[in-house]
Amino acid sequence: MREAQRYVGQALFYALVACAIGYFSSRPVYTQIPAGSAQIKMSFSHGGAKKQACRKLTPAEIAKLKPSERRPNTCARERTSIHAQLLLDEHVIYDAVLMPTGLAGDGPARTYQKFIIPAGRHTIEARMRDSARVDGFDYEKRATLDLVPWQSLAIDFRADAGGFIFR
Amino acid sequence: MDLFRRSVRSLFDGGEALIAKAFPPQWNPILNLSALSFLFYWIITASGIYLYIFFDTGVEQAYQSVEYITNEQWYAAGVMRSMHRYASDGLVLTMLLHILREFGLDRYRGVRWFSWLTGIPVVIFVFVAGITGYWLVWDKLAQYVAIVSTEWLDRLPIFGAPIARNFLSPEMLESRFFTFMMFLHIAVPLIALVILWVHLQRVAKPKINPPQGLVLGTLASLLILSLVHPAVSQGPANLSEVPGRIGLDWFYLPAYPAIESLPGSTTWGAAFTLLVIAVALPWMPPLKKPRAAVVDLANCNGCRRCYEDCPYNAITMGPRSDGMPFAAEAVVDPGLCVACGLCAGACPRATPFRRRTELIPGIDLPDLTLARLRDGVERAAARLEGNGRIIVFGCASGVPLDGLPAGTAASVPLNCIGQLPPSFIDYVLSKCLADGVVLTGCTEGGCRARYGIEWTKRRIARERDPYLRKGVPHERIRTAWVGRLGRKQLLALIGDFSAELAAIPRSGPCDAAIRPRPRQTQPRDQVDA
Repeated sequence: MREAQRYVGQALFYALVACAIGYFSSRPVYTQIPAGSAQIKMSFSHGGAKKQACRKLTPAEIAKLKPSERRPNTCARERTSIHAQLLLDEHVIYDAVLMPTGLAGDGPARTYQKFIIPAGRHTIEARMRDSARVDGFDYEKRATLDLVPWQSLAIDFRADAGGFIFR
Repeated sequence: MDLFRRSVRSLFDGGEALIAKAFPPQWNPILNLSALSFLFYWIITASGIYLYIFFDTGVEQAYQSVEYITNEQWYAAGVMRSMHRYASDGLVLTMLLHILREFGLDRYRGVRWFSWLTGIPVVIFVFVAGITGYWLVWDKLAQYVAIVSTEWLDRLPIFGAPIARNFLSPEMLESRFFTFMMFLHIAVPLIALVILWVHLQRVAKPKINPPQGLVLGTLASLLILSLVHPAVSQGPANLSEVPGRIGLDWFYLPAYPAIESLPGSTTWGAAFTLLVIAVALPWMPPLKKPRAAVVDLANCNGCRRCYEDCPYNAITMGPRSDGMPFAAEAVVDPGLCVACGLCAGACPRATPFRRRTELIPGIDLPDLTLARLRDGVERAAARLEGNGRIIVFGCASGVPLDGLPAGTAASVPLNCIGQLPPSFIDYVLSKCLADGVVLTGCTEGGCRARYGIEWTKRRIARERDPYLRKGVPHERIRTAWVGRLGRKQLLALIGDFSAELAAIPRSGPCDAAIRPRPRQTQPRDQVDA
């Protein structure tokens, strides 16, 4: 009898542990963003314009260089910073000046941003200035979209594709 | 820290005692946590190899192949998937409990820092392996895990382009990412296994295989769980949507909601702080190290018994250095010795009957020599009276030995019960120092010095050298492997045993009711000096 009780105890122990593993392996459920919300992700990796344009070297300057390093032009490596903005229904929700990466400041500027917004109809506008100009933007894209709950709108940037891409 | 450690230990002692009501000592899961972790590892490996046959790496194919595994072949691959998943959860559970228990038992400081430290990367690798595994399914949970993981990594200023950009939109994801994840999911556990091998290097005869009954029970419960509540995917990943409501695996991903919502500096700072604390724990504060066992070559004939019995590989057999005609001599590495005394208990020269020469065995503990132990026995005997006198030999990690019934029982403390040479039992009974002997210590299977109880039991049963002399009456010996919380059981046993002893007719030296005279023995360290 006592032996039988022990086996029942063992079975209960195994059942308890199995139930705990089964339950906590997927419960309680986690809600990532509030119900009725959508998400905008804006991310790009883009190099701004060079700070200085290339210029021709003078014959005297070329002559000063080692024979193996002689070239007609010289180009500064440093790039300008990028000014990026994201507007939601005419309100600026992201406004940043992104510095070029790399020790010499010649790498692309990068960003990765997430915004949780209420689902529904929104006017979304992305802007970027990647040149030395002082006012205005070199790239702008504006769209009015119906974002359904849980939707994730990606905003990417590709200069060769004409600028911002909403997808 | 000490209070916290004692609280943790009390929790484990309580849990162990509760579970011991249903499980025989050798099957008690609390006493087999590390072996169970190994069992789960092998289940994961075996089921993983089977799943790999059907798994396809590719953005679309990954999810489809897992769906095939789960639905089309539910009876084999589906069950394997569930076993793979639940064994992984079981591994985290037993691994974390193992860490907590070792902490509670204070088995992470002193010479045991090595096992503690080498266990830390294993924990990290187990989590990395589990997380990459979730990634491979490429369902909504995988999407969540992939994005939160990569976003967290991106918060470290060491990567170029954000890794999380790979998951910006469906068009950006490439199949080769899954190939890389598959590689990680196989490589990381293999590296963990190598580190585990290192982890066990300073442990003699590590317990890596649970007893058969526990294996069967665990396998059966995993199988039933897999059939009743199979692991399923949570819908295909879609990078155009936020996963929304996700069934998180709280064994592997409890930190993910915090990682997702808190700043990177906070989460990385917390992770780094946790790691530093874990690494520094063996020295917070450092263990006041007892002096290591010492070999007395004049009494050592190189018999290897101490070498065989040491639970931490602290003794090696080296070439004879004193010119005596023996093949080898015992050599103690003080850096590995925990001063449990199992070696002294194994030494055939550790006999208290020696009177003509000083009681110096081949190997002994300087802080608790066997000569002092013999003095302790005689002092204890002098406090006893009546016909049911008992000497209780107890280890420092077992039930506290104060408050035993005066006159009936007197205690002799040891570092570990395995420190007691069987000849001491013989000595007590044949010299009529007491009518009976009780040996007590940790719970069975839960010996702090790992093998103290097992070696003692086998020495008394004449299965392991040094044997208890054949003529010693076993009816005058009792064992009580009751642990720290077993005071009530020990007192009950002493009461009953004393009454039994009083009813047994005396013989030999006890017939004349000779009482020993307390005898002074010069302490060992003075002899050395």
